[in-house]
Amino acid sequence: MNSLTPMLQLVVCNLKGFLREPEAVFWTYGFPLLMVVGLGIAFSSSSASSVQFDVVQGPAAEKVVAAVANNPGFKAKVNPQDVAMARLRTTRTLVVVAPSEDGGYQYYFDPSNPESMAAQSAVDDVLQRSAGRKDAFTSKQVRVEAPGSRYVDFLVPGLIGMNIMGGGMWGVGFVLVDMRIKKLLKRLLATPLRRPHFLLTVVGTRLVFFIPEAFFLLLSAYLIFKVPIRGSIFAIAAVAFVGSLSFSGLGLLSASRAQRIETISGIMNVAMLPMWLCSGIFFSSERFPDFMQPVIQALPLTQLNNALRAVILEGSSLFSQALPIGILLAWAVVCFALALKWFRWG
Amino acid sequence: MDNAIACRELYKRYEDGKKAVDALNGLNLTVRIGECFGLLGPNGAGKTTTVEILEGLIPPSSGEVEVLGVRWGTGQDQELRQRIGITLQETRFQEKLKVWEILQLFRSFYTRGLTVEQAIATVALEEKANSWVRDLSGGQRQRLAVATALVGEPDLLFLDEPTTGLDPQARRRLWDVIRDLRERGRTVLITTHYMDEAEKLCDRVAIVDHGKVIAEGSPNQLISQLGGEHVIEFSLEKTDGHAVQLSEFRELPPVIHAVQEAEGFLLTVAQPHIAIPAVLEFLDGRQARLNSLTTRHVNLEDVFVSLTGRYLRDE
Repeated sequence: MNSLTPMLQLVVCNLKGFLREPEAVFWTYGFPLLMVVGLGIAFSSSSASSVQFDVVQGPAAEKVVAAVANNPGFKAKVNPQDVAMARLRTTRTLVVVAPSEDGGYQYYFDPSNPESMAAQSAVDDVLQRSAGRKDAFTSKQVRVEAPGSRYVDFLVPGLIGMNIMGGGMWGVGFVLVDMRIKKLLKRLLATPLRRPHFLLTVVGTRLVFFIPEAFFLLLSAYLIFKVPIRGSIFAIAAVAFVGSLSFSGLGLLSASRAQRIETISGIMNVAMLPMWLCSGIFFSSERFPDFMQPVIQALPLTQLNNALRAVILEGSSLFSQALPIGILLAWAVVCFALALKWFRWG
Repeated sequence: MDNAIACRELYKRYEDGKKAVDALNGLNLTVRIGECFGLLGPNGAGKTTTVEILEGLIPPSSGEVEVLGVRWGTGQDQELRQRIGITLQETRFQEKLKVWEILQLFRSFYTRGLTVEQAIATVALEEKANSWVRDLSGGQRQRLAVATALVGEPDLLFLDEPTTGLDPQARRRLWDVIRDLRERGRTVLITTHYMDEAEKLCDRVAIVDHGKVIAEGSPNQLISQLGGEHVIEFSLEKTDGHAVQLSEFRELPPVIHAVQEAEGFLLTVAQPHIAIPAVLEFLDGRQARLNSLTTRHVNLEDVFVSLTGRYLRDE
């Protein structure tokens, strides 16, 4: 009998075990989808909303309200000064307009909040114009809301990347530690099954999982939010495959010594935290200062997210992503080799 | 080659930080082909360490091991694993796999062996073939574990405490399975801390204590080494407990061996019909009143007690 049969059998058993756990199926497929839908709705509706601001109660407040009354892009609320300021501090309003004695206005806003900054300038603009300011020239506003450049488009590849990371690490690490606790690893060690073959099947099971996982997410994003899929399916699958390989390796390494579920959970969270923060899931990793970039760029999730965005949103070829793919493969190989060396069976 | 297992001068030291525990202290063991051999000893005696070394799962600190004529780590491990089957003291298979699925998986590891159906029939689990592991009782799980050890039709079978924690009925069903294997000429090494199990199942036993074999032979040989085949157990009224000394019983001619235990005294004798009157007469002379008295056949537990002064089940 060749060594393929037992490996296939192991993968089949792992798959059956997984599909018989409704909770596991939900966390793998349902949860990421809910996240895409939730975040997608939250961030795609904000572009259509109007500028909200408060006006401090007083004789001149009427004038401000009248000035924006016919402009659907603005919504003014008249409030006493302390109420308005409290609303500003809690970001329920973006700007507070306080009419001053001389007929001018005072704006209170939060300079660290880009939305507040923009609202301040927009309110100032509309009030200046209603007071009679003439534009020096006519300007035209061209809105770019084409699929591919919105926040939800940025978000979806990041969430797929995050899911590949979480799935790879938990799917491999957790399963192995659980098997170690149950003494199943030791039991398998006592069979003629070869050790590297066993570890490969655990990773292999993961690779079988991620394909429906990633495409389910991508397809949902395409159908619900019209997130464009510009690259070839093959290129997307290849990038996701290499990413999955890399994180399975990391999961294997994390699980190589751990004897308890608490230990593996801790190790995984420590390993994943920097990537959740810095690897460009929810915002671009380029926002971090330059001195951090070498480290951030070396993280596998940064490379996976970059490559996924390139192939999904920009339609880049697989060849153009050789560097990120190379970095991901290097992670996979190093992790697998170290895990094999350090792995504790008993 | 007549020996299935031969090991000489096995030492195993577990180092855990500053503490070091010597699990094995020069253990020697020979198991012949075709016999059912029992490693009998209290918990912590080194039984599991011994079998795990024999199974090639852990290396000894020093000593020589030969299993089916092969030494572990000489490039033939994979071939050797094809020829042995094991059950660990505890294995929990995936809860949501079915009995036949687990056996099919284990069958796939071996180049030859039983069919899944045969393996299930061997351990009498036919009714549960389609059940998830989750829905098996303790005894059924243990029989499944034995089936995974059998499915590759091994020349040598290791069963580590197969009946620990099972109810009497489940134990007897597993004994039937093991007896059946023995009748078919399999070599079986079984560890247990139940003396009745060793007595009923094993051709030969080795009694292990503190990492060493302290006695070896067939159950009957070991029992006859005590010189007598009967045990008189008796206890005295509490107030009279100090009236007699243990050493005084040893001097009574029909008594071969005497042990004091918490509840009373244990005397090994050859002929109870002579010994009992002698003991009663002696007690009468000391005005010590009996609280209870029973007699029974000598068992391996008595052998262990006479060798160590302790009980198997005390540990």
